[in-house]
Amino acid sequence: MKRIAALALFAPTLLGAAKPVLVPDVSQRDIQIVYSFTGAELLLFGAIVYPGGRTPDRPADIAVVVKGPVEPIRVREKQKVAGIWVNADSASFRSAPSFYAVATSRPLEQLVDERTAAIYELGIRNLQLSPADADTPDKANRFENGLVDLRQRNNLYDQQPGAVRITDGVLYRARIRIPARVPVGTYTAETFLIQDGRVIAAAVRDINIQKSGFEQYVARAAADHGFIYGIVAVALSIGLGWAAGALFRRF
Amino acid sequence: MDLYLPIANLSVNALVIVALGLGVGVLSGLFGVGGGFLTTPLLIFYGIPPTVAAASAASQVTGASVSGVFAHFRRGGVDTQMGWVLVGGGLIGSLLGAFLFRLLQATGQIDTVINLLYVVLLGGIGGLMMRDAIRTLRAVRREDAPPALKRRHHALVAALPLRWRFYASGLYISPLAPMLLGVVTGIMTVLLGIGGGFIMVPAMIYLLGMGTRVVVGTSLFQILFVTAATTLIHSITTHAVDIVLAALLLIGSVVGAQLGAILAQRVKPDFLRLLLAALVLVVAIRMAIGLGWRPDEIYTVQAS
Repeated sequence: MKRIAALALFAPTLLGAAKPVLVPDVSQRDIQIVYSFTGAELLLFGAIVYPGGRTPDRPADIAVVVKGPVEPIRVREKQKVAGIWVNADSASFRSAPSFYAVATSRPLEQLVDERTAAIYELGIRNLQLSPADADTPDKANRFENGLVDLRQRNNLYDQQPGAVRITDGVLYRARIRIPARVPVGTYTAETFLIQDGRVIAAAVRDINIQKSGFEQYVARAAADHGFIYGIVAVALSIGLGWAAGALFRRF
Repeated sequence: MDLYLPIANLSVNALVIVALGLGVGVLSGLFGVGGGFLTTPLLIFYGIPPTVAAASAASQVTGASVSGVFAHFRRGGVDTQMGWVLVGGGLIGSLLGAFLFRLLQATGQIDTVINLLYVVLLGGIGGLMMRDAIRTLRAVRREDAPPALKRRHHALVAALPLRWRFYASGLYISPLAPMLLGVVTGIMTVLLGIGGGFIMVPAMIYLLGMGTRVVVGTSLFQILFVTAATTLIHSITTHAVDIVLAALLLIGSVVGAQLGAILAQRVKPDFLRLLLAALVLVVAIRMAIGLGWRPDEIYTVQAS
């Protein structure tokens, strides 16, 4: 009887205002790609603010997700035709993230059920790739597996269970490595607070990855001023070839 | 020394690329070929996207052929009239090639076509060169004069209408023949990132029957212009020319080409031809095996 009374007393805090709040941050909001760029390491950290400052007995878990710009892609599959390997089949996906990394404080399957994982796109097997022209679910699946496997080996898709460290139930941090081979654009860093299989708080921060300085200049020139860019490339090759010839004739 | 390539979108070891350029440059100076048939596959092998590799390798061939063209001009070894006809054909070919490139890219068959072309072309020409080189080497060993080359153009070439006189080459033939040859090499330049010297030179000798004195110079003249045009066309259509990658390759290859030219004066030309034939055949065989082997990646991703 006493217990029920206590529960009734605390009910308002448990339902409404009692939700913990996430205060997330990222070590770098702007990643500049310059000549020496070989990738970047992002530190995602922050605090979990529980109502009343009391950490519950069973602390919540954290999942952080870094996602790159979504792009439409076509995945091609090689098959052996007449003795040689050629691209024989293909499928297109309307929304494949160019980069995806998730780090969690415990293995994902212990945190959420499949439905929740699918809703929040938690885990590389739960990405909403939107297959566009696959005739059968089987085919879509096959290509999805191929794509995920390929990008996983290129470090573009990554899943690190247990990589989020939570200190005293309130401070969390995780490191996520971004390889050099990523496209530029606006990335998102999402943090989810998960308890009893449910996401109870979420926060998003944007991260900008862009080429800067000379690299940006070159990429832009190549895209916007193809003709002049080509002339410069030709002039460079003729100039260098001529210079080497002139130099060696002196010896 | 890691360096980020702004168009290829990845970072490479700059020294490896310069060394690659140097190695190819030495071979190109030694054998008088552009070396594109080695650069493109090696770049792809290193992890550069095939399109960027083919587009950027062409500019390396331009750089490697410049000093050769000047040297041949000084000796009067360039038939400019023939050269311009070839260049004209080459420009038409490179435009056709760009169209083909896009078509093949859209259907996903570009890599297979590039590989098949390499196998067929390198295998065929390497085989021919090998046969010739061995024949002359044997003749030299037996100390008879090497079999005299009949300087006669092919019957099909003679059948073409509208004849021109090419004085420097000692020919009276229709310009359509060298023009067609130019078209074919132009297509190859765009598709494979090669200069096409190893197609051009045998074709000039065996099909057109050009005088050997002007063959190499004229072929270099055509290569210079067509690879430059190819770089330009790639810059406009595929936007895949990586100028940083090209510069790294050039630094290595222009120096290498000079070293190779010096080396070439110390080696017997017949022996050189045998070596080149062997090299071409090795690349062809490696590519042929690659076609049949299970590739590392079954799946590839393309932006759509």
